[in-house]
Amino acid sequence: MNGTTTCVEAVHYYLEQIEANRHLNAFVEVFSAEAVESARYLDNLRSREGMTGKLHGVVIGIKDVISFKGHKLSASSRILEGFTAIYNASAVQYLLDEGAIIIGRQNCDEFAMGSSNENSAYGNVLNAADTSRVPGGSSGGSAVAVQAGLCMVSLGSDTGGSVRQPADFCGILGLKPSYGRISRYGLIAYASSFDQIGIFGINVDDIARVLEVMSGADEFDSTVNDAPVPSAAALNKPDEGIYKLAYFKESLEHPGLDPEIKASFEAFVKRLTAEGHTVEAVDFELLDYVVPTYYILTTAEASSNLSRYDGVKFGHRSGTAGDDLSVFYKQNRSEGFGKEVKRRIMLGTFVLSAGYYDAYYTKAQQVRQLLSQKTQAIFSQYNAILSPTVPSPAFRFGEKSNDPIEMFLADIYTVFANLVGIPGISLPLFKHSNGMPFGMQVMTSQMDEVTLLRLSKRLMHVNGAE
Amino acid sequence: MEITDKAFDQLAHLSRLQFTDTEKEEIKGDLQRMIAFVEKLEEVDTTGVTPLLHMSSASNVWREDAVKGSVTREDALLNAADADGQFFKVPKVIKK
Repeated sequence: MNGTTTCVEAVHYYLEQIEANRHLNAFVEVFSAEAVESARYLDNLRSREGMTGKLHGVVIGIKDVISFKGHKLSASSRILEGFTAIYNASAVQYLLDEGAIIIGRQNCDEFAMGSSNENSAYGNVLNAADTSRVPGGSSGGSAVAVQAGLCMVSLGSDTGGSVRQPADFCGILGLKPSYGRISRYGLIAYASSFDQIGIFGINVDDIARVLEVMSGADEFDSTVNDAPVPSAAALNKPDEGIYKLAYFKESLEHPGLDPEIKASFEAFVKRLTAEGHTVEAVDFELLDYVVPTYYILTTAEASSNLSRYDGVKFGHRSGTAGDDLSVFYKQNRSEGFGKEVKRRIMLGTFVLSAGYYDAYYTKAQQVRQLLSQKTQAIFSQYNAILSPTVPSPAFRFGEKSNDPIEMFLADIYTVFANLVGIPGISLPLFKHSNGMPFGMQVMTSQMDEVTLLRLSKRLMHVNGAE
Repeated sequence: MEITDKAFDQLAHLSRLQFTDTEKEEIKGDLQRMIAFVEKLEEVDTTGVTPLLHMSSASNVWREDAVKGSVTREDALLNAADADGQFFKVPKVIKK
């Protein structure tokens, strides 16, 4: 802010934008009065004490899976209709402590399961670049809110690409931090060894500032890593470094990869090489196994995490009287969950069931180990891995929604980072001849967001985008 | 792998889900295709590989055993479909 506007004016501006873009269906609820109230408080505070807080007046939207005390929270599912959050997610608390304004909660695929935002109890979110196309998922509403200028920054969650893939489809930046970087306390669990809160923005600096505020140890989540918090100031130093970058040969040879995306990626690699960086193809013979591994492990974890929705302590309770407790649970759950969620619970129950556990679940954990070893070997030689973010640009509604497996393959380049716990970002560098934007994914080693964001800034300059 | 009706019903029971016959046919078909898809992992040689169980390198993250408040009873009961101010209520489960 340059001192010529106020927080109240900023909030009013975004509220008008949200109102004018209701057809996109990005928000499921807007906290209008409360956001104006917070803005007024900040304006008064600033007139007395000057700028306070690292995110003073930053207007942020949050995906409907992140807990904000006293507000509705539903994971875009009927099973949580009417549920009110009774505490703040740690990430939300840290944002509020630094002066951020939460403007509303954003539409998503039910329980963050999906790649197109076609699985929401609140209906589809439309891609603002072409409303006949999906915004991606599962954090579709959060991506479109930033794409259409309805807030400055959004929080999403990323279990297998749910931040990076919609960022790619919407032409914005989307960061999935390292596993353990941001507390998951107050994030509705899908797959606990994969989930991370992620950030959507229109430039690297905004994302870095929000990341810094949300990162770090938290007494409510023992999986948070105690590594130093990535400082946004680290991006201000001039970066003249020469990077050593890798890409997976098999990723570019994949038959599902759109030829234009491949050509743009290759041309970009040439420009990087011309600037003096080293970009090399490395073998990654496990590429075809990452999506199966991901689905075994995440559905297993989901079947366990979602067992809490039984209609007793919270959530939908069936109007049909069942006098047997087991029938009672089944009725509550079957009426409350949507189809994709049920499919994944069933698959997860299968891979964890006696007789199949070792063949599927343990096997997938072993492949995860191999992937992790491979990742360490690559980062002992390279600073970062580049890849397309998604094999095709944003598709049309209904195009893939009847084929769960084709939908799964949209995640082929993104699930890897969640499987091995490394950070990844999608950078909006390209445009397809069909008019849709698409991005490039950059990944660095675990807990090395500083290199990731510094390199991202460089790469945005290579294309003259930032 | 073929998922029999009996196996499907058992999975649905373990998942505490119920399906109409139409839903069952559809989900059963999807489940079979998804299982066939993930069976691709059989091709990977994992002999002697230790399963990766935890994403964090940290082990045993301890804290002081301090007595602290948690949510209040009022908050805990806030979202219950049926409660009497002290307890969550469910259908009677003890049969005569």
